[in-house]
Amino acid sequence: MKKFDIVWKTFLFLLLCFVSVAGIAFPIVENPVHWYQYPIIRGLEENAKIIFFHVPTAWLTVVAFLMSTIYSIKYLRKKNLDDDAKSYAAAQLGIIFCILATVTGSIWSKFAWGAYWSWDPRQTSIFALLLIYGAWFALRSSIESEEKRATLSAVYSIIAFVTVPFFIFIMPRIMIGLHPGAEDVVNGKLVQSASPVIDFKMNGNMLLVFFLSLAAFTILYFWMWNLSYKSLIYKDRIQKQITRG
Amino acid sequence: MKSKAFALFLKDFRSELRTRYAVNSLAMFIIVAISVILFSIGQEKIPQNLTGGLFWVVIFFSAMSGLARAFVSEEERGTSLTLQLIASPSTVFTGKLLFNLILVFIMNIIIALLYSALFEAFVILNFYLFLVTFILSNIGLAVSSTIIAAIISKAGSKGTLYPVLSFPILLPLILTSVQLTSACMVGTTFGESSINLAVLVCYDVIMLTASYMLFDFIWKD
Repeated sequence: MKKFDIVWKTFLFLLLCFVSVAGIAFPIVENPVHWYQYPIIRGLEENAKIIFFHVPTAWLTVVAFLMSTIYSIKYLRKKNLDDDAKSYAAAQLGIIFCILATVTGSIWSKFAWGAYWSWDPRQTSIFALLLIYGAWFALRSSIESEEKRATLSAVYSIIAFVTVPFFIFIMPRIMIGLHPGAEDVVNGKLVQSASPVIDFKMNGNMLLVFFLSLAAFTILYFWMWNLSYKSLIYKDRIQKQITRG
Repeated sequence: MKSKAFALFLKDFRSELRTRYAVNSLAMFIIVAISVILFSIGQEKIPQNLTGGLFWVVIFFSAMSGLARAFVSEEERGTSLTLQLIASPSTVFTGKLLFNLILVFIMNIIIALLYSALFEAFVILNFYLFLVTFILSNIGLAVSSTIIAAIISKAGSKGTLYPVLSFPILLPLILTSVQLTSACMVGTTFGESSINLAVLVCYDVIMLTASYMLFDFIWKD
Protein backbone atom coordinates (compact mmCIF):
# COMPACT_ATOMS: atom_id res chain seq x y z
CA MET A 1 0.00 0.00 0.00
CA LYS A 2 2.79 2.41 0.99
CA LYS A 3 4.75 1.46 -2.12
CA PHE A 4 1.76 2.13 -4.36
CA ASP A 5 1.36 5.54 -2.75
CA ILE A 6 4.89 6.51 -3.68
CA VAL A 7 4.43 5.24 -7.23
CA TRP A 8 1.31 7.23 -8.02
CA LYS A 9 2.57 10.35 -6.30
CA THR A 10 5.78 10.25 -8.36
CA PHE A 11 3.71 9.59 -11.45
CA LEU A 12 1.48 12.57 -10.70
CA PHE A 13 4.51 14.79 -10.09
CA LEU A 14 6.04 13.81 -13.43
CA LEU A 15 2.70 14.25 -15.19
CA LEU A 16 2.21 17.74 -13.79
CA CYS A 17 5.81 18.66 -14.71
CA PHE A 18 5.27 17.43 -18.26
CA VAL A 19 1.96 19.25 -18.61
CA SER A 20 3.41 22.52 -17.32
CA VAL A 21 6.42 22.34 -19.63
CA ALA A 22 4.44 21.13 -22.64
CA GLY A 23 1.68 23.64 -22.07
CA ILE A 24 3.97 26.65 -21.79
CA ALA A 25 7.01 25.84 -23.89
CA PHE A 26 5.74 24.01 -27.00
CA PRO A 27 5.52 26.44 -29.92
CA ILE A 28 2.45 27.25 -31.94
CA VAL A 29 3.19 27.12 -35.67
CA GLU A 30 1.18 27.45 -38.84
CA ASN A 31 1.78 23.97 -40.22
CA PRO A 32 2.76 21.57 -37.44
CA VAL A 33 5.27 18.92 -38.56
CA HIS A 34 6.87 17.77 -35.30
CA TRP A 35 4.96 16.13 -32.50
CA TYR A 36 5.67 19.02 -30.12
CA GLN A 37 4.16 21.73 -32.30
CA TYR A 38 0.62 23.05 -31.89
CA PRO A 39 -1.54 24.28 -34.75
CA ILE A 40 -3.02 27.76 -34.90
CA ILE A 41 -6.64 27.87 -33.79
CA ARG A 42 -8.62 30.59 -35.52
CA GLY A 43 -9.41 33.40 -33.13
CA LEU A 44 -7.05 32.19 -30.41
CA GLU A 45 -3.53 32.25 -31.95
CA GLU A 46 -0.79 32.47 -29.27
CA ASN A 47 -3.39 32.89 -26.53
CA ALA A 48 -4.48 29.29 -27.06
CA LYS A 49 -2.06 27.93 -24.47
CA ILE A 50 -4.37 28.97 -21.66
CA ILE A 51 -6.50 25.92 -22.54
CA PHE A 52 -4.11 23.66 -20.65
CA PHE A 53 -4.53 25.49 -17.35
CA HIS A 54 -7.75 27.46 -17.48
CA VAL A 55 -10.06 24.70 -18.65
CA PRO A 56 -8.97 22.21 -15.90
CA THR A 57 -9.62 24.80 -13.18
CA ALA A 58 -13.08 25.54 -14.59
CA TRP A 59 -13.75 21.81 -14.89
CA LEU A 60 -12.69 21.22 -11.28
CA THR A 61 -14.89 24.07 -10.08
CA VAL A 62 -17.88 22.21 -11.48
CA VAL A 63 -16.64 18.80 -10.25
CA ALA A 64 -16.13 20.15 -6.73
CA PHE A 65 -19.58 21.72 -6.75
CA LEU A 66 -21.13 18.46 -7.96
CA MET A 67 -19.33 16.46 -5.26
CA SER A 68 -20.32 18.92 -2.60
CA THR A 69 -23.94 18.51 -3.63
CA ILE A 70 -23.71 14.71 -3.81
CA TYR A 71 -22.34 14.53 -0.27
CA SER A 72 -25.01 17.00 0.84
CA ILE A 73 -27.68 14.63 -0.45
CA LYS A 74 -25.88 11.75 1.24
CA TYR A 75 -25.84 13.69 4.50
CA LEU A 76 -29.57 14.40 4.32
CA ARG A 77 -30.23 10.69 3.79
CA LYS A 78 -27.94 9.20 6.42
CA LYS A 79 -27.30 12.14 8.80
CA ASN A 80 -23.63 11.20 9.04
CA LEU A 81 -21.45 14.21 9.89
CA ASP A 82 -18.52 12.73 7.95
CA ASP A 83 -20.46 13.35 4.74
CA ASP A 84 -20.82 16.98 5.75
CA ALA A 85 -17.03 17.20 6.20
CA LYS A 86 -16.57 15.71 2.72
CA SER A 87 -19.00 18.18 1.23
CA TYR A 88 -17.30 21.07 3.03
CA ALA A 89 -13.82 19.97 1.88
CA ALA A 90 -15.02 19.73 -1.72
CA ALA A 91 -16.52 23.21 -1.56
CA GLN A 92 -13.36 24.66 -0.05
CA LEU A 93 -11.33 23.35 -2.98
CA GLY A 94 -14.09 24.39 -5.34
CA ILE A 95 -13.93 28.04 -4.35
CA ILE A 96 -10.13 28.03 -4.79
CA PHE A 97 -10.44 26.61 -8.31
CA CYS A 98 -13.34 28.95 -9.02
CA ILE A 99 -11.23 31.98 -8.12
CA LEU A 100 -8.34 30.60 -10.19
CA ALA A 101 -10.59 30.05 -13.19
CA THR A 102 -12.09 33.53 -12.89
CA VAL A 103 -8.70 35.23 -12.56
CA THR A 104 -6.95 33.31 -15.33
CA GLY A 105 -9.98 33.76 -17.55
CA SER A 106 -10.19 37.49 -17.04
CA ILE A 107 -6.43 38.00 -17.55
CA TRP A 108 -6.72 36.05 -20.77
CA SER A 109 -9.76 38.02 -21.87
CA LYS A 110 -7.83 41.28 -21.40
CA PHE A 111 -5.56 40.14 -24.22
CA ALA A 112 -8.12 38.35 -26.33
CA TRP A 113 -11.21 40.56 -26.01
CA GLY A 114 -9.61 43.79 -24.78
CA ALA A 115 -11.28 43.96 -21.36
CA TYR A 116 -10.96 42.08 -18.10
CA TRP A 117 -14.67 41.60 -17.80
CA SER A 118 -17.40 41.74 -20.41
CA TRP A 119 -20.38 39.70 -19.07
CA ASP A 120 -19.99 36.89 -21.55
CA PRO A 121 -22.41 34.04 -20.65
CA ARG A 122 -19.57 31.91 -19.33
CA GLN A 123 -18.20 34.79 -17.29
CA THR A 124 -21.68 35.34 -15.90
CA SER A 125 -21.93 31.63 -15.03
CA ILE A 126 -18.60 31.50 -13.22
CA PHE A 127 -19.50 34.71 -11.39
CA ALA A 128 -22.76 33.11 -10.28
CA LEU A 129 -20.86 30.04 -9.07
CA LEU A 130 -18.53 32.30 -7.11
CA LEU A 131 -21.57 33.99 -5.54
CA ILE A 132 -23.11 30.63 -4.67
CA TYR A 133 -19.91 29.44 -3.01
CA GLY A 134 -19.61 32.75 -1.14
CA ALA A 135 -23.20 32.60 0.08
CA TRP A 136 -22.75 28.97 1.12
CA PHE A 137 -19.74 29.80 3.28
CA ALA A 138 -21.55 32.82 4.74
CA LEU A 139 -24.46 30.56 5.69
CA ARG A 140 -22.15 27.97 7.26
CA SER A 141 -20.30 30.53 9.35
CA SER A 142 -23.55 31.94 10.74
CA ILE A 143 -24.75 28.72 12.40
CA GLU A 144 -23.32 27.41 15.67
CA SER A 145 -24.85 23.96 16.04
CA GLU A 146 -23.10 21.28 13.99
CA GLU A 147 -26.15 19.28 12.91
CA LYS A 148 -28.15 22.36 12.05
CA ARG A 149 -25.27 23.78 10.05
CA ALA A 150 -24.84 20.54 8.15
CA THR A 151 -28.57 20.23 7.36
CA LEU A 152 -29.17 23.83 6.33
CA SER A 153 -26.04 24.09 4.22
CA ALA A 154 -26.88 20.77 2.56
CA VAL A 155 -30.34 22.07 1.68
CA TYR A 156 -28.92 25.32 0.35
CA SER A 157 -26.32 23.59 -1.76
CA ILE A 158 -28.99 21.39 -3.38
CA ILE A 159 -31.20 24.40 -4.11
CA ALA A 160 -28.21 26.24 -5.57
CA PHE A 161 -27.29 23.19 -7.60
CA VAL A 162 -30.65 22.99 -9.35
CA THR A 163 -30.16 26.55 -10.65
CA VAL A 164 -26.78 25.75 -12.19
CA PRO A 165 -28.18 24.14 -15.38
CA PHE A 166 -29.73 27.52 -16.17
CA PHE A 167 -26.32 29.14 -16.27
CA ILE A 168 -24.43 26.37 -17.99
CA PHE A 169 -26.95 25.30 -20.60
CA ILE A 170 -29.49 28.04 -21.11
CA MET A 171 -27.72 31.37 -20.60
CA PRO A 172 -25.17 30.91 -23.41
CA ARG A 173 -28.08 30.46 -25.80
CA ILE A 174 -29.83 33.60 -24.69
CA MET A 175 -26.89 35.96 -24.48
CA ILE A 176 -24.34 36.59 -27.17
CA GLY A 177 -21.11 34.80 -26.39
CA LEU A 178 -17.54 35.89 -26.97
CA HIS A 179 -16.02 32.77 -25.44
CA PRO A 180 -14.13 30.46 -27.80
CA GLY A 181 -16.48 27.74 -28.93
CA ALA A 182 -19.50 29.96 -28.41
CA GLU A 183 -20.19 30.08 -32.13
CA ASP A 184 -20.50 27.36 -34.72
CA VAL A 185 -20.19 27.59 -38.46
CA VAL A 186 -23.30 26.13 -40.08
CA ASN A 187 -23.58 26.39 -43.89
CA GLY A 188 -20.92 29.07 -43.92
CA LYS A 189 -22.77 31.24 -41.43
CA LEU A 190 -21.77 31.99 -37.84
CA VAL A 191 -24.41 30.88 -35.35
CA GLN A 192 -24.51 30.54 -31.59
CA SER A 193 -23.44 27.08 -30.54
CA ALA A 194 -26.03 25.08 -28.66
CA SER A 195 -23.55 22.68 -27.11
CA PRO A 196 -22.34 23.35 -23.56
CA VAL A 197 -19.09 21.51 -24.33
CA ILE A 198 -16.62 23.61 -26.20
CA ASP A 199 -15.13 22.29 -29.41
CA PHE A 200 -11.71 23.91 -29.77
CA LYS A 201 -10.78 22.19 -33.03
CA MET A 202 -7.43 21.01 -31.67
CA ASN A 203 -5.13 18.56 -33.38
CA GLY A 204 -4.00 15.21 -31.94
CA ASN A 205 -0.99 16.17 -29.83
CA MET A 206 -2.72 19.25 -28.48
CA LEU A 207 -5.71 17.16 -27.47
CA LEU A 208 -3.37 14.65 -25.81
CA VAL A 209 -1.64 17.32 -23.70
CA PHE A 210 -5.01 18.85 -22.91
CA PHE A 211 -6.49 15.58 -21.65
CA LEU A 212 -3.29 14.73 -19.74
CA SER A 213 -3.53 18.13 -18.05
CA LEU A 214 -7.19 17.54 -17.26
CA ALA A 215 -6.38 14.11 -15.78
CA ALA A 216 -3.41 15.40 -13.78
CA PHE A 217 -5.39 18.26 -12.25
CA THR A 218 -8.29 15.94 -11.47
CA ILE A 219 -6.01 13.48 -9.64
CA LEU A 220 -4.45 16.40 -7.78
CA TYR A 221 -7.91 17.58 -6.82
CA PHE A 222 -8.94 14.18 -5.44
CA TRP A 223 -5.70 13.92 -3.47
CA MET A 224 -6.20 17.38 -1.95
CA TRP A 225 -9.85 16.60 -1.21
CA ASN A 226 -8.90 13.35 0.49
CA LEU A 227 -6.35 15.07 2.75
CA SER A 228 -8.70 17.93 3.45
CA TYR A 229 -11.76 15.95 4.53
CA LYS A 230 -9.70 13.53 6.63
CA SER A 231 -8.10 16.42 8.51
CA LEU A 232 -11.54 17.94 9.05
CA ILE A 233 -12.86 14.67 10.52
CA TYR A 234 -9.79 14.21 12.76
CA LYS A 235 -10.03 17.79 13.97
CA ASP A 236 -13.65 17.21 14.85
CA ARG A 237 -12.86 14.02 16.77
CA ILE A 238 -10.03 15.64 18.75
CA GLN A 239 -12.27 18.56 19.65
CA LYS A 240 -14.95 16.19 20.88
CA GLN A 241 -12.42 14.27 22.97
CA ILE A 242 -11.16 17.49 24.55
CA THR A 243 -14.66 18.65 25.45
CA ARG A 244 -15.44 15.24 26.92
CA GLY A 245 -12.27 15.47 29.05
CA MET B 1 -54.43 19.21 3.81
CA LYS B 2 -55.64 21.96 1.50
CA SER B 3 -58.01 23.45 4.05
CA LYS B 4 -55.29 23.34 6.71
CA ALA B 5 -52.89 25.18 4.44
CA PHE B 6 -55.57 27.73 3.71
CA ALA B 7 -56.25 28.12 7.44
CA LEU B 8 -52.54 28.79 7.97
CA PHE B 9 -52.63 31.35 5.20
CA LEU B 10 -55.68 33.02 6.80
CA LYS B 11 -53.88 33.08 10.15
CA ASP B 12 -50.90 34.87 8.60
CA PHE B 13 -53.20 37.16 6.69
CA ARG B 14 -55.15 38.15 9.83
CA SER B 15 -52.07 38.73 11.94
CA GLU B 16 -50.66 40.78 9.09
CA LEU B 17 -53.82 42.88 8.97
CA ARG B 18 -53.55 43.44 12.71
CA THR B 19 -49.95 44.69 12.75
CA ARG B 20 -49.45 45.65 9.09
CA TYR B 21 -45.74 45.26 9.68
CA ALA B 22 -44.75 43.65 6.37
CA VAL B 23 -47.12 45.75 4.27
CA ASN B 24 -46.05 49.03 5.86
CA SER B 25 -42.34 48.35 5.59
CA LEU B 26 -42.73 47.09 2.02
CA ALA B 27 -44.72 50.15 0.97
CA MET B 28 -42.17 52.49 2.50
CA PHE B 29 -39.32 50.55 0.94
CA ILE B 30 -40.87 50.79 -2.52
CA ILE B 31 -41.34 54.55 -2.17
CA VAL B 32 -37.79 55.00 -0.87
CA ALA B 33 -36.24 52.88 -3.60
CA ILE B 34 -38.11 54.57 -6.44
CA SER B 35 -37.45 58.06 -5.11
CA VAL B 36 -33.73 57.30 -4.74
CA ILE B 37 -33.66 56.32 -8.41
CA LEU B 38 -35.64 59.43 -9.38
CA PHE B 39 -33.30 61.70 -7.39
CA SER B 40 -30.20 60.14 -8.88
CA ILE B 41 -31.57 60.54 -12.40
CA GLY B 42 -32.55 64.18 -11.86
CA GLN B 43 -33.27 65.89 -15.15
CA GLU B 44 -31.39 63.33 -17.27
CA LYS B 45 -33.11 61.34 -19.97
CA ILE B 46 -32.35 57.67 -19.34
CA PRO B 47 -32.42 55.05 -22.10
CA GLN B 48 -35.35 52.69 -22.32
CA ASN B 49 -33.34 49.54 -21.61
CA LEU B 50 -32.11 50.93 -18.32
CA THR B 51 -35.61 51.50 -16.96
CA GLY B 52 -36.43 47.82 -17.53
CA GLY B 53 -33.35 46.79 -15.56
CA LEU B 54 -34.01 49.28 -12.76
CA PHE B 55 -37.57 47.99 -12.52
CA TRP B 56 -36.25 44.55 -11.55
CA VAL B 57 -33.69 46.06 -9.18
CA VAL B 58 -36.52 47.72 -7.27
CA ILE B 59 -38.51 44.48 -7.24
CA PHE B 60 -35.55 42.40 -6.04
CA PHE B 61 -34.64 44.67 -3.13
CA SER B 62 -38.26 45.21 -2.08
CA ALA B 63 -38.75 41.44 -2.02
CA MET B 64 -35.61 41.06 0.06
CA SER B 65 -36.82 43.60 2.58
CA GLY B 66 -40.23 42.07 3.24
CA LEU B 67 -40.52 38.42 2.30
CA ALA B 68 -38.36 36.92 5.06
CA ARG B 69 -41.10 37.81 7.54
CA ALA B 70 -43.18 34.71 6.84
CA PHE B 71 -40.85 32.34 8.67
CA VAL B 72 -38.75 34.71 10.77
CA SER B 73 -41.87 35.94 12.60
CA GLU B 74 -42.71 32.36 13.64
CA GLU B 75 -39.23 31.92 15.09
CA GLU B 76 -39.35 35.30 16.85
CA ARG B 77 -42.70 34.58 18.47
CA GLY B 78 -41.60 31.04 19.29
CA THR B 79 -44.62 29.55 17.56
CA SER B 80 -42.76 27.32 15.13
CA LEU B 81 -42.86 24.36 17.54
CA THR B 82 -46.65 24.58 17.78
CA LEU B 83 -46.87 24.71 14.02
CA GLN B 84 -44.73 21.59 13.82
CA LEU B 85 -47.20 19.80 16.08
CA ILE B 86 -50.42 20.72 14.30
CA ALA B 87 -49.43 20.51 10.64
CA SER B 88 -47.23 18.53 8.30
CA PRO B 89 -44.22 20.35 6.76
CA SER B 90 -45.70 20.51 3.28
CA THR B 91 -48.90 22.06 4.64
CA VAL B 92 -46.91 24.73 6.46
CA PHE B 93 -44.94 25.45 3.32
CA THR B 94 -48.10 25.72 1.21
CA GLY B 95 -49.62 28.17 3.67
CA LYS B 96 -46.53 30.34 3.81
CA LEU B 97 -46.11 30.18 0.04
CA LEU B 98 -49.70 31.35 -0.49
CA PHE B 99 -49.12 34.30 1.82
CA ASN B 100 -45.87 35.26 0.10
CA LEU B 101 -47.47 34.88 -3.34
CA ILE B 102 -50.22 37.33 -2.43
CA LEU B 103 -47.66 39.69 -0.94
CA VAL B 104 -45.39 39.51 -4.01
CA PHE B 105 -48.28 40.11 -6.40
CA ILE B 106 -49.61 43.11 -4.46
CA MET B 107 -46.11 44.54 -4.09
CA ASN B 108 -45.17 44.12 -7.74
CA ILE B 109 -48.44 45.48 -9.08
CA ILE B 110 -47.92 48.60 -6.97
CA ILE B 111 -44.32 48.87 -8.16
CA ALA B 112 -45.38 48.45 -11.79
CA LEU B 113 -48.11 51.09 -11.51
CA LEU B 114 -45.89 53.60 -9.73
CA TYR B 115 -43.07 52.89 -12.10
CA SER B 116 -45.05 53.38 -15.28
CA ALA B 117 -46.52 56.59 -13.86
CA LEU B 118 -43.17 58.06 -12.82
CA PHE B 119 -40.84 56.95 -15.61
CA GLU B 120 -41.65 58.30 -19.04
CA ALA B 121 -39.20 55.99 -20.79
CA PHE B 122 -40.87 52.89 -19.32
CA VAL B 123 -43.26 52.12 -22.17
CA ILE B 124 -44.50 48.59 -22.78
CA LEU B 125 -45.40 47.87 -26.39
CA ASN B 126 -46.35 44.20 -26.05
CA PHE B 127 -48.52 44.27 -22.95
CA TYR B 128 -49.60 40.61 -22.94
CA LEU B 129 -46.02 39.37 -23.12
CA PHE B 130 -45.20 41.62 -20.19
CA LEU B 131 -48.18 40.27 -18.26
CA VAL B 132 -47.10 36.65 -18.76
CA THR B 133 -43.50 37.50 -17.81
CA PHE B 134 -44.72 39.39 -14.79
CA ILE B 135 -46.90 36.51 -13.53
CA LEU B 136 -44.28 33.80 -14.15
CA SER B 137 -41.44 35.69 -12.52
CA ASN B 138 -43.60 36.67 -9.56
CA ILE B 139 -44.33 33.00 -8.91
CA GLY B 140 -40.63 32.16 -9.15
CA LEU B 141 -39.70 35.04 -6.88
CA ALA B 142 -42.25 33.97 -4.26
CA VAL B 143 -41.17 30.31 -4.29
CA SER B 144 -37.44 30.99 -4.05
CA SER B 145 -37.76 33.67 -1.43
CA THR B 146 -40.05 31.47 0.71
CA ILE B 147 -37.62 28.55 0.81
CA ILE B 148 -34.64 30.84 1.51
CA ALA B 149 -36.69 32.53 4.23
CA ALA B 150 -37.19 29.12 5.83
CA ILE B 151 -33.42 28.51 5.80
CA ILE B 152 -32.74 31.99 7.20
CA SER B 153 -35.24 31.60 10.02
CA LYS B 154 -33.36 28.54 11.27
CA ALA B 155 -29.93 30.16 10.88
CA GLY B 156 -28.53 32.63 13.34
CA SER B 157 -28.16 36.01 11.65
CA LYS B 158 -31.33 36.93 9.85
CA GLY B 159 -31.27 40.34 8.24
CA THR B 160 -28.04 40.52 6.29
CA LEU B 161 -27.85 36.94 5.11
CA TYR B 162 -31.18 36.94 3.28
CA PRO B 163 -30.24 38.93 0.15
CA VAL B 164 -26.82 37.24 0.09
CA LEU B 165 -28.38 33.77 -0.07
CA SER B 166 -31.23 34.74 -2.37
CA PHE B 167 -29.30 36.57 -5.04
CA PRO B 168 -27.49 33.62 -6.66
CA ILE B 169 -30.70 31.58 -6.59
CA LEU B 170 -32.74 34.40 -8.12
CA LEU B 171 -30.11 35.41 -10.67
CA PRO B 172 -31.37 33.22 -13.57
CA LEU B 173 -34.89 34.52 -12.94
CA ILE B 174 -33.85 38.16 -12.82
CA LEU B 175 -31.60 37.93 -15.88
CA THR B 176 -34.35 36.33 -17.96
CA SER B 177 -36.98 38.76 -16.70
CA VAL B 178 -34.80 41.76 -17.54
CA GLN B 179 -34.30 40.36 -21.04
CA LEU B 180 -38.01 39.74 -21.46
CA THR B 181 -38.92 43.19 -20.17
CA SER B 182 -36.63 44.91 -22.63
CA ALA B 183 -38.10 42.66 -25.34
CA CYS B 184 -41.59 43.86 -24.33
CA MET B 185 -40.49 47.47 -24.62
CA VAL B 186 -39.27 46.91 -28.15
CA GLY B 187 -42.48 45.07 -28.99
CA THR B 188 -41.25 41.54 -29.67
CA THR B 189 -43.84 38.87 -30.38
CA PHE B 190 -44.53 35.78 -28.27
CA GLY B 191 -42.84 33.49 -30.77
CA GLU B 192 -39.51 35.29 -30.67
CA SER B 193 -39.22 35.19 -26.89
CA SER B 194 -40.63 31.71 -26.40
CA ILE B 195 -37.24 30.36 -25.19
CA ASN B 196 -37.08 32.97 -22.44
CA LEU B 197 -40.63 32.19 -21.36
CA ALA B 198 -39.77 28.48 -21.33
CA VAL B 199 -36.79 29.25 -19.07
CA LEU B 200 -39.10 31.05 -16.65
CA VAL B 201 -41.58 28.15 -16.61
CA CYS B 202 -38.74 25.65 -16.03
CA TYR B 203 -37.36 27.77 -13.23
CA ASP B 204 -40.75 27.96 -11.48
CA VAL B 205 -41.37 24.23 -11.76
CA ILE B 206 -37.86 23.22 -10.68
CA MET B 207 -37.79 25.56 -7.69
CA LEU B 208 -41.28 24.53 -6.60
CA THR B 209 -40.38 20.82 -6.70
CA ALA B 210 -37.03 21.28 -4.98
CA SER B 211 -38.62 23.45 -2.27
CA TYR B 212 -41.32 20.91 -1.45
CA MET B 213 -38.77 18.09 -1.36
CA LEU B 214 -36.28 19.93 0.85
CA PHE B 215 -38.59 21.78 3.20
CA ASP B 216 -39.02 18.69 5.42
CA PHE B 217 -35.32 18.75 6.27
CA ILE B 218 -35.35 22.43 7.18
CA TRP B 219 -38.52 22.32 9.19
CA LYS B 220 -37.85 19.25 11.38
CA ASP B 221 -35.24 20.06 14.01
